Order: sequence, then C-alpha cells, then structure tokens
Amino acid sequence: MNFSQTKEQDMIRKMVRQFAETEVKPIASIIDEKAEYPYDTIAKAAKLGLMGMPFPAEYGGSGTDYISYIIAVEELSRVCGSHGVIVQTHCALCSWPIFTYGTEEQKRKYLPDLLSGKKLGAFGLTEPNAGTDAAGQQTKAVDKGDHWLINGSKIFISGGGIADVYVVMAMTDKSKGTKGISAFIIEKGTPGFTAPSHENKMGIRGSIASELVFEDCKIPKENLLGEIGKGFKVAMTSLDVGRLGIAAQALGIAQGAFDETVTYMKSRKQFGKSLDKFQALAFEMANMRTRIDMSRLMLYKACDLRTKGISSSVEAAQAKLACSETAMYVTTKAVQFHGGYGYIKDYPVERMMRDAKITEIYEGTSEVMKMVISGDIFKGGK
Amino acid sequence: MKIIVCVKQVPDTNEVKIDSVKNTLIRDGVPSILNPDDANALEQALRLKDGDPDTHITVLTMGPPQAQEMLRECIAMGADEGVLLSDRALGGSDTWATSNALAAGVKKIGEYDIIFAGRQAIDGDTAQVGPQLAEKLKLAQITYIQDFKIEGNQVTVQRALENGYEVVRVNTPCMLTAIKELNNPRYMSVPGILKACKSEIKVYNAADLGLDKTLVGLDASPTNVYRSFTPRPKGKGITVEGDTPKEVVKELYNHLREKNII
Repeated sequence: MNFSQTKEQDMIRKMVRQFAETEVKPIASIIDEKAEYPYDTIAKAAKLGLMGMPFPAEYGGSGTDYISYIIAVEELSRVCGSHGVIVQTHCALCSWPIFTYGTEEQKRKYLPDLLSGKKLGAFGLTEPNAGTDAAGQQTKAVDKGDHWLINGSKIFISGGGIADVYVVMAMTDKSKGTKGISAFIIEKGTPGFTAPSHENKMGIRGSIASELVFEDCKIPKENLLGEIGKGFKVAMTSLDVGRLGIAAQALGIAQGAFDETVTYMKSRKQFGKSLDKFQALAFEMANMRTRIDMSRLMLYKACDLRTKGISSSVEAAQAKLACSETAMYVTTKAVQFHGGYGYIKDYPVERMMRDAKITEIYEGTSEVMKMVISGDIFKGGK
Repeated sequence: MKIIVCVKQVPDTNEVKIDSVKNTLIRDGVPSILNPDDANALEQALRLKDGDPDTHITVLTMGPPQAQEMLRECIAMGADEGVLLSDRALGGSDTWATSNALAAGVKKIGEYDIIFAGRQAIDGDTAQVGPQLAEKLKLAQITYIQDFKIEGNQVTVQRALENGYEVVRVNTPCMLTAIKELNNPRYMSVPGILKACKSEIKVYNAADLGLDKTLVGLDASPTNVYRSFTPRPKGKGITVEGDTPKEVVKELYNHLREKNII
C-alpha cells in the first residue's frame, strides 16, 4: 500500500492551484452571478494540458495517471465548482468513451482536438422522462441505410450548446430495453440538432446546462460509437469514470469552503477573541478536516484502481457518495461558521454551498450510488 | 541559441526566521518558491525558445539538494535542463562567494549566448550576484531590463530607471537581469511536469567546480552580517491642515520647530 503522492502529482497540484488562484478565483463569483461560461479560462487551462490529462500522448493527451487528473479537477473546484465540472465532463463523458469505444478512425478524428481543448465535449443521456431510469430513453435513432436519423430530446446536458462534440444515447430498438440503446457521436452544427434553452440553476452556474433537441437530425453511419445495442454500457462505464470527477469536484468544493473558513475564523473576533479560540467551533473544524481526508483517501484509492485498469464501479460509487456528502456537510458548516456573512454573496462559501448540492445529484444520485454499493454487498444471492 | 538562466529558491513568506549565531536565514520548514524576478528572467528565455525551438535553456542555481525541486519546476515551465551547485562547503556564501560559485558553474556548462538572472532575490534583496557574475565572466551586463529585443547577435533592451528608462544595445554574449515589468511568467504545464519528473538534474559539488575554501562558503565571504533585525515601524504620518495656506505653513513650521528640525 502506498499512501504518498508522486512528485508528478505534487507538481500538478501546485501548478493547478497557482492557475486556479490567479486565473479562476477572481472570476468565480462573476460567472456564478451572470451564469456565464468561462471561455477564456478554459482556453488557458487547455493550453496547459488540463483538458486531456489521463489519455496517451499518441492521441494528443498528456499521459498522466488518474490521480493527477483528479487532483486537477479538485484544485479547480477548490475555487470554482463550475470549472471543475467543465473539465471533468469533457474528459470523462466525451473524450473517455470515444477513446475507449471509438474506432481508430473516430479516435484519430476527434481525440486530438478534444484532448488539446481545441474542441469541447459533452454527453447526452438524461431525458425528461429518463433520469435515474436511463432505460426509458425516448430519443430514437433509425437506420436509414446510408445514415442515422435521430429524433428526440435531452435535458440538463452540461456544456449543451457550448460543446462541439456530443456523445449521445438513443434507442435503436425499443423492444430490447437497455440492450436497445446505442451511442452516437454528434457534432455541433449538424442540421436538425439544436440546444435551444439554458437551465437557470441553483449552483455551478458557470457550467451551462442545456436542452438538446434532435429533429430529423441526419448523422453519418460511421458516427455510431461502439457496437449497436451497447450504448447503455458506453453510458454506464463512462459514468463510472465521471463519478471520480464529480467526487473530485465535491472534494475540491469541500476543501475550498474549509480553507475559507479557517481564514475567516482566524480573523473574525467575537467576545474579544477570534473564532478559532472557541472550542465548539474548532472541534467541529477537526471533524470537517477528518471527513475531507477520509473522502480523499477513498477517492484516490478508486483512481489508483482505474489507473491500474481494474474495474472500479463500486469504489467510484463509494468515493462519489463520500465526497459529495462531505461537500454538503462541510459547506453547510462553513456557511454556519461565517454567520450572517456566510449567507451573503460577498463571501465565497455561499456559492460553494449551492455548488456542492449538485454533486449529490448528477452522474447518479446518492441513492443510485447506494444501489451500486448495496448491489455489490448482496450480489450472488444466498 | 544557448541561454543560461540563474535562479534561486527563496522562502515564500515575509516571516522568515534568522539564525542568531550565523546571522543567516533559517530555511527549514518554510515553503520555498522560485524567486519572482528569476521567473521573469526565465520567461524571457522561454519566449526566445517559443520563437526558435532550437534554443537551449539551462537553469542554474546554487543551493541545498531540495533546490532540485525548483529546477524541475523551471523545466516544467519549459527549460531544457537544470544544474545544481550543491555542497556543504558552499553554505553561508555571501554574494561575492556565490558569484564565484555561479561563475564556476557557468564555465562548467560551457557555451552560452545570453545569461539571464532576476534583478534580486526577495530574501537578501542585494541585487549584487548578477552584476558580480558578469564581472567575473568578463561579460557585458545590463541590469533592470523591462523590455527585450534581439536581432542576430544584437540585443536591445530598456533598462528601467527611477523616472523612466534608457535604451541600451549590447552584443551577445551578455548578462541581463530582469525585473517584473519585463513580462508575466507562464505556468508550468502538464506535459512540462511529466518531462520535468523524468529529467536528471546535474549536481556539482565544490570539487567538481574546482572551488576551494578561499573562494566559497561562510569563511571566504568578505561580508560579515553584524546584526539582522526588523526595522521599527516609522509610525503614522500626520497631515497638516488649516483654512489658508498661511495657516498650514505656520502649523508645519511649528511641528518642525518642535522636533528641532529647523
């Protein structure tokens, strides 16, 4: 067992923290307020190699391990949850399935631009009537001989309308349930494909979520991703990787709120002494730090398995459950310890508490995580 | 083109502690960073490399073994290789002894067209090592550069003055010291970090450099620190006020009189 970080991981943390503190922190409250996508900082992050970390150099990736990648998402989220999820969605939910399931032609066509950050990726699974029950897909893809015809709609799609490349699930055979779902690569600008409305969200407001609409959208035959009828597997395995990223986002938000609170408690004086001198608060901070570190260990373990190529669905689910619940616990306390100041937008913990909530919901709710984990506990019958 | 950038690892805080016996800084337990002006020096070298990928950049430092980390960060920003001069015998060197060591290091590296350094380090603030190094290498030097242009082997820089700048032209090889107005240093990059972690840092000791006790170390250093202390704050100033200029002047006169200044 190895609990120490490599030199590479330490340097990645230092570099991303520097970048996040200098470039991202100053705009975090602005993009939250205006619900604006941070094009400039994402372009800068791309230049530093942050948009294609855990992929081989052969396709334009940086070739890091998963812990390094997760540290980057964590450090971005420490100052801005929106930046964290933008990087993670792009990497785990678009680049990863194309890298894992794509043909050599698809990989050569899409990955260099995605991994360099020249193009942005998104993922379309959720529909108005198919959330956790993803098998209820109503978007259809019909084989028209020389092309696929896509009709239907998706909602809450992170990067919708912003991204250039979309991995989209659609029913190719309704009668087969989840085995009738197939994955497709759809490019922005394809006739019949629009992203008409952006959601007005509680948090991560700099990460735009949008509806995707497909109306007689023709896509080339070669844009089928993976085998026909295997789209559900594409989606679920991508989400396994995505959950590591969401866990990292949650962990980063928790760490950010914790760090803000440490600073605040040292400077805020009541009854003639600073808040850190009040044992009731200081002890709770001890609990918070312990929960953050516990969550981090769990997440890094899941990432380590992923780097080694070992399936880590259950570990990823545990990491996401732990990190997202820690994020809610820590950010709620952080607001509490800031008192009235915690409730106004002049202090970042207000935004962090709103940003944290989504980590218990998207890429599988905490309840879904418990389904995955308990399913593993009781697998194999009696 | 071959470039050497002299860099220094410095403590990342103003709350440094001082060794009361040696009167030198205690670096243990204080987070270290690349000296800010040195980052500007490195950035200028990297910009030359952006323009001409054949440019080779060596970062050179004298320091304890952990200074290797800073050299790796320089490589992660884009430098090609790192050279560390490290030996207990070099410890406690003042600026004269440090420039002796660096001059030996530069000779060990060999060829170069330009040596860049930061104006001064935030720990000692002497701004002496760059100029001394140039003298010992018998190189033309320009300090405080805030703008840099090169054509062939002719370098044209703006040298910052208190109230403006002067334009100075020099031929390579030369030594230039950078100030923060020169540029904005870049971040490390992910591919740069991966490269840096695989890079071998060359480490030379005093014997490798042909340096003895008369040239480097505490005993060879002509500077003796008599005492290190934090200067007492001057206290708040006062603003002299009055309804008419005559009143203000009178009030000011009284203050100066009181303090026996006039």
